[in-house]
Amino acid sequence: MEKFREITSVAAPVPASNVDTDRIIPARFLKTIKRTGLGKHLFNDVRYNEDGSERPDFILNKEPYRNAQILVVGENFGCGSSREHAPWALTDFGIRCVIGTTFADIFYNNSFKNGLLLIKLDKEQVAKLMEDARNGHNARITVNLEKQEITRPDGEVIPFEVDPFRKHCLLEGLDDIGLTLKKEKGIGSFEERDRASHPWLYSAAS
Amino acid sequence: MARARTLFDKIWDSHVVETQEDGTCLIYIDRHLVHEVTSPQAFEGLRVAGRKVRRPDATLAVADHNVPTTDRSAGIDDEESRIQVETLEKNCADFGVQYFGMNDVRQGIVHVIGPEQGMTQPGMTIVCGDSHTSTHGAFGALAFGIGTSEVEHVLATQTLIQRPAKNMRITVEGTPPPGVTAKDLILAIIGKIGTAGGTGHVIEYAGQAIRDLSMEGRMTICNMSIEAGARAGLIAPDEKTFEYLKGRPFAPKGAAWEQAVAYWKTLPSDEGAVYDTEVVLNAEEIVPYVTWGTSPEDALPITGFVPDPAQEPDENRREALQRAIDYMGLRGGMPLSEIKVDTVFIGSCTNSRIEDLRAAAEIARGRRVADHVRALVVPGSGLIKHQAEEEGLDRIFTEAGFEWREAGCSMCLAMNADKLRPGERSASTSNRNFEGRQGPGGRTHLVSPAMAAAAAITGHLTDVRELVKG
Ligand code: SF4
Repeated sequence: MEKFREITSVAAPVPASNVDTDRIIPARFLKTIKRTGLGKHLFNDVRYNEDGSERPDFILNKEPYRNAQILVVGENFGCGSSREHAPWALTDFGIRCVIGTTFADIFYNNSFKNGLLLIKLDKEQVAKLMEDARNGHNARITVNLEKQEITRPDGEVIPFEVDPFRKHCLLEGLDDIGLTLKKEKGIGSFEERDRASHPWLYSAAS
Repeated sequence: MARARTLFDKIWDSHVVETQEDGTCLIYIDRHLVHEVTSPQAFEGLRVAGRKVRRPDATLAVADHNVPTTDRSAGIDDEESRIQVETLEKNCADFGVQYFGMNDVRQGIVHVIGPEQGMTQPGMTIVCGDSHTSTHGAFGALAFGIGTSEVEHVLATQTLIQRPAKNMRITVEGTPPPGVTAKDLILAIIGKIGTAGGTGHVIEYAGQAIRDLSMEGRMTICNMSIEAGARAGLIAPDEKTFEYLKGRPFAPKGAAWEQAVAYWKTLPSDEGAVYDTEVVLNAEEIVPYVTWGTSPEDALPITGFVPDPAQEPDENRREALQRAIDYMGLRGGMPLSEIKVDTVFIGSCTNSRIEDLRAAAEIARGRRVADHVRALVVPGSGLIKHQAEEEGLDRIFTEAGFEWREAGCSMCLAMNADKLRPGERSASTSNRNFEGRQGPGGRTHLVSPAMAAAAAITGHLTDVRELVKG
């Protein structure tokens, strides 16, 4: 997993609420057995016309947003399915950080596991950053995970909260399977106790 | 006296392997269901790291999203779909995971076959790389969808890193009027609390109307918990639950069965247990529901009208309404019952079980699908298909002009060949009416199986009670 320290980038505004995972990456692009390559289909159905040409009015088709590493989004972003293809499509496109008021639970989890930092702020602060995002070119936003700070183009600093464990994993680019496997002993003794009290959970189908 | 605990608290507490300082827990996972779309990258991850599947005996895999629902003897046409299914098959063989192949009669939608096989049991933790894993909560199991990284984590460690959810109780009191089904109840609930209403919570459904539901109906309710933003849905296990499970292939047998039932009876929430959020509905006031827009919360009684943006004072909401109405090709203020459909889809993990097919067949019996309508019936599993055929339901459907298909997810998400064309409109028994969900540009109205059959017959959204009367 790629480490996340600090990024500075223009931010693309995506103000709609309830942007669902089918909007982020339509189901027909999920027929892949790889994690990469989904970026070109990010927001596919609103980004391209039926003939495959770009829709000029879609935000990520405009300069300077083509290279945005940050999205500022509306409420309940990422609702819908549990597919990790949604964060994969975002990261493959180059997005490293999404800022909004609320995110759907599963999407939130999945994002951190893929090095994508999600930041929850209150409405007023998101509105300010949305405004910055709309200003495009000269409005670069800096996100520093170590310090848990967002710096606006005018220099204002907005602090943000992040779960310490998730922060640690992002900063270090840690894979949490490796971390859990170190707890093998605890898992084994749980199984032993559980097998004694709930034996039917350990017998295969007859 | 011990603290009064909810069903969720009890399941959670008995699965915690370790609690970290910050409140994050490592929880043990009893059963893991796997399908072809969200697992290839997880198995790949194991292979790259040289890891094994910790409990193949607790893992069951099936291909459902990509499989054709027409003749399967020639395999899968679409190359990418075929590769995904073949990859699952190979991964299962390599890692020793049980797999129901496409031509196995037990094959079907992952959330239909788990319960059908008796793999889903009260008090368990169950996960699958699929948000509608919430379905299994109908048995009093804590069941939720996970992403592919978590699929890999569970395969390797049989655990997950989680934080406890908040408790929410939705009580549906009273008895619903005739013609009102589990699907109508859950659409009414989502219409009331919204698609983010359950965020951060596990919803326990309670009350007379829920207790009175069959296991099939309870699965329909829990299935759509995710559409209310909840992590999972739960219904307390009772005699109906035990009755359903008894004798199923993966259910405990003999003395183990007695021991399991005794434990299951301790699971329902204690008297006085506290919920973070409570919602109460009266079933007597609920009528058949349909969705008009592009979010499941856009649900209204069939007797109602498409919302009129001109009446909406809030500018943002007005724009959102207009956008949904434009996408759906509707007029603000028009009666919902005037919306014409091109396609009817009866299927998906929400409504493809035997009881759903019976309810639809009841309406279809002796009638004809409207000339301009294409209607598909896609059973949830090979075994359901078989049972329906024994009951003669397939004949009722085909004589009425419905197509009778093989089991799978099908038009629920259009990953196989069953899709809406751009601009086409469907009445569907599935769970999501997002833009493009059933095919790019497709328009979806969510309904119950009986309402779907009624729409197929009349060619427009219809209050099924009119057909029952007639
Ligand atoms: S039927 Fe639909 S909702 Fe259910 S698992 Fe398949 S695609 Fe998902």
